[in-house]
Amino acid sequence: MSDRTDLLLAVADDELILGWRNSEWTGIAPFLEEDVAFSSIAQNEIGHARALYELAARELGTTADELAFDRRPEEYRSAPLVELRRLEWARTIARHWLYETADEIRLAALKTSDDSEIAGLAAKMDREEAYHRMHAEMWVDRLLASDEGRARLSEAVDELWPYALGVLDNALRPDLHARAQQRLGRTLPHVEPVSRGVHGSELDELLEAMTSVRRSAPAGAQW
Amino acid sequence: MVTAEDVWTALAEIPDPEIPVISIVDLGVVKSVEVESGSVRIDFTPTFMGCPALDTMRLAMEAKVAELGATAAVNVRLDDSWSTDDITADGREKLRSAGLAPPTPRPAGKLELTQLQRGFRCPYCGSTSTKLENLFGPTPCRSIRYCDDCRQPFEQFKTI
Repeated sequence: MSDRTDLLLAVADDELILGWRNSEWTGIAPFLEEDVAFSSIAQNEIGHARALYELAARELGTTADELAFDRRPEEYRSAPLVELRRLEWARTIARHWLYETADEIRLAALKTSDDSEIAGLAAKMDREEAYHRMHAEMWVDRLLASDEGRARLSEAVDELWPYALGVLDNALRPDLHARAQQRLGRTLPHVEPVSRGVHGSELDELLEAMTSVRRSAPAGAQW
Repeated sequence: MVTAEDVWTALAEIPDPEIPVISIVDLGVVKSVEVESGSVRIDFTPTFMGCPALDTMRLAMEAKVAELGATAAVNVRLDDSWSTDDITADGREKLRSAGLAPPTPRPAGKLELTQLQRGFRCPYCGSTSTKLENLFGPTPCRSIRYCDDCRQPFEQFKTI
């Protein structure tokens, strides 16, 4: 596998798995607006994953669906941050905001890539991601506005911080560190990142559910 | 012999599958049409990448070109070449007439939430006493707004 496909799969897997996690709020978010928001964000992320898988699939001689659904769990390149199952609102918002901030940094780097396909796709994704960021920032503002919200966000960020660093390569981590500290108005520790490549049981359970329909049909079924 | 102009005219008859008042040409998502010895190449870009209407639009374009007696190769472009600023003036009015506020022009710099919270014109009563209810809506391309004058929720095409 080339560095290019490795990069495409890392970003695609992040977007697919987080898209799935976001969709878990469909129907059960604290209120209707958030039901709609998380469902729509999920749809965007999975759309991005599809475009990225298609680029990778062309190089690997396979299809986007096969990459999304037919790999073994250990072959997924997603960051542990997106794999965590946290159906609790402060943690959902903390993960959403940390991921979108990291993703903005990553997309900014990809937009300047010499690879025109990757740069073009990153720029198109970024137009949509701007809405995810506005949504995440709006929620950070809301939580920071009260003592309880601030405390719960802070606790969630503490738990997720090593995972957030793991979304990015070494070179881009200082930027995330600086931005997150500035936004929250507090210091975040220098910790060992929980990097991509190692998966827990939560990913196995997610893949089991996500691929169940596909596995139920005979090979070669057209969807 | 089919010409590029014939193809553009035919494509202008294809409605957006989710917002049928507007054609895909009005949306600005058909980037180019080239005709060479009977074969047609169409460059097309989706509005939002997760839009489920993408495949429907591609099939509709192929069918329209087939009606003209030619074969179309639809190339899906995934780059930065489309924004909602490419929706035609005609298309914007069609959106408004269907109760969907057209997108605001893209700012030169970063798109900020405050720019979207301004009072855009209600497509029903024309009032600008409207507010943003939700950045997200029933499809990826729409936000939800509310008009304080006619007390009607309405959708707005997102600016991207």
